[in-house]
Amino acid sequence: MNNSNNVLIKLRDVKIYFPIFKGVFKRAVGYVKAVNGVDLDIYQGETLGLVGESGSGKTTLGKGILQLLKISSGEVTYKFNGEEKNLKSLSDEEMFEARKRMQIVFQDPYSTLNPALTIFNQLQDPLKKFGVKSKSKRREILEHLLEEVNMPKESLNHYPNEFSGGQRQRIGIARALSLSPNFIVLDEATSALDVSIQAQVLKLLSSLKEERDLTYLFITHNLSVAEYFCDRIAVMYLGKIVEISTAEEIYNNPLHPYSKALISAIPVVDPQSKFDRKRIILEGDVPDPANPPSGCPFHPRCKEVMEECKYNIPELKKLLKNAKGHYVSCHLYKDEFTKK
Amino acid sequence: MNKNKISKLDKKMDKIKEKEEKGLLKEQKMNRTLRKFLNNKLAVIGLFILLAITFSSIFAPIICRYEPGKIDLRNALKPPSRAHIFGTDKLGKDVFARVLYGGRISILVGFGSGIGSAIIGVLIGSYAGYKGGWFDKTFLRISEVLIAFPQIILVLLLVTIVGQSLWNLLFIFILTGWAPMYRMARARMLSIREEEYVQALKAFGVSDFVICYKHMLPNAIGPIVINITLSTAMFILEETSLSFLGLGVPLNLPTWGNILYAAQNISILRNNWWIWLPPGIMISLFVLGLNFVGDGLRDAFDPTYQG
Repeated sequence: MNNSNNVLIKLRDVKIYFPIFKGVFKRAVGYVKAVNGVDLDIYQGETLGLVGESGSGKTTLGKGILQLLKISSGEVTYKFNGEEKNLKSLSDEEMFEARKRMQIVFQDPYSTLNPALTIFNQLQDPLKKFGVKSKSKRREILEHLLEEVNMPKESLNHYPNEFSGGQRQRIGIARALSLSPNFIVLDEATSALDVSIQAQVLKLLSSLKEERDLTYLFITHNLSVAEYFCDRIAVMYLGKIVEISTAEEIYNNPLHPYSKALISAIPVVDPQSKFDRKRIILEGDVPDPANPPSGCPFHPRCKEVMEECKYNIPELKKLLKNAKGHYVSCHLYKDEFTKK
Repeated sequence: MNKNKISKLDKKMDKIKEKEEKGLLKEQKMNRTLRKFLNNKLAVIGLFILLAITFSSIFAPIICRYEPGKIDLRNALKPPSRAHIFGTDKLGKDVFARVLYGGRISILVGFGSGIGSAIIGVLIGSYAGYKGGWFDKTFLRISEVLIAFPQIILVLLLVTIVGQSLWNLLFIFILTGWAPMYRMARARMLSIREEEYVQALKAFGVSDFVICYKHMLPNAIGPIVINITLSTAMFILEETSLSFLGLGVPLNLPTWGNILYAAQNISILRNNWWIWLPPGIMISLFVLGLNFVGDGLRDAFDPTYQG
């Protein structure tokens, strides 16, 4: 998995800041640091989970990768046809090509479809843009896509308000698939659905992944779903990735105090389970991303805070003893970064 | 009892299902918006009033026995009778003919300026709301200036500059009236552009014009259409008050406002009700009809409202 040839998307020190304007002259007086220096490799064919609490910058990062939000600094490279390209420096033609390969499925099934147009009418424009000239051909493609997501093909003639949340979400998935992308950002794609529908949609997503050789970035705050669905999981806190490893590792052996707290919050099905996990309750809220604390962003809430944490920002480093690749950014493991 | 009810409903559903399977269920050919509009009784009544008044104005030469400008001093100031349904005015002109012919101009001015200002305001406003930036800022300032200036004074000013004529009036109404439409379209687009379907289209790189006018505008059209009907009503009233002041359409052309101009005379106001009442009623009916239709259209265009 760590074969660097298989890296599809590479993020290096990506920052996404939103300026805060104040005063009569609307000067920028500060920045909300929604994403504050993220390094991340997404491998071809994997499902990478991105978890973290509200306001940690998960969605912003996802949209930044797709260039739906402007990246303030850092770079996103994307590999097409074996060649790494920086998305910022693409020519119009190359961006056109890149748009085809990356898509997004949104969270809210009610705002993901346009209520004023029939499904066919709103789904045909991307196809039109990418060169499918004849209307009947477009209809054929869309009918096929809808069947692939288990929707009747007659749905094309209906309006979104005639569908339930789960159905809309599946139409949203069909839309994302319409240009045969190979990378899809699932932005909390199942969190607005009830549990049984959630399972259906997840199953659909994993079978689509197999069939079409997709790569997913699965943004969620539902940790049990992430465990079930993802190959690797990245834990995000206040615009930074604090820990990243295989799903199994994160669940059985979380290292960062924040990940520990998150994992301990997952409800256990069997109350007499052998994992006698103790619930770690974090004090306080996520700090204001416009004014993050000095040193480690987590130190004001950390149970194991040390003097060093208040001044030095920890880096995301690989633990050497772990062959599977477990990265963590915490001063507690300082020794293990170097020790074999 | 309860069981019975359920089975009845089941039967109904079964029948529908059966039809569906046989492919007998007719696909609803009619546009959904139109269907919803026609289900609204008040709106249909309003539309009927509007059409009746508009068509009788258009076909006035066939309906009326008299020319609107024909002077007949022997029959001046006659109350309604068989020969003159709405009576005659000071110069013996037939009021019925004048009201119908007047409707032509008044309706033209109302709809012309209502639709004209809507087209300009909406085209600029929706693109500005979607795109933002300098384009939006420029037009926002212009519209603020226009709105801050009392419209009737601006109109009076322009009438004295460009002169009094029907087309000038239309032009002036459009020039001074597009700002509220612009602001409304802009405000709607500002909230719609954050919707996820817009983001999805952006992720596909679909062109701005298609996103703005094809995908976003239909969601903003409801309030815009109500506003067209309301502003049409407003322009008709404005034309009336301008003509009443003698500054609207030249007096030789009959309009509802020009007919009311006669009611400036206190003795006519007191003694000859048939001169000012018919155009007054006509104006009220027309404005009322416009409002009914506006309400009906709003419901019809609201995609979350089932008809």
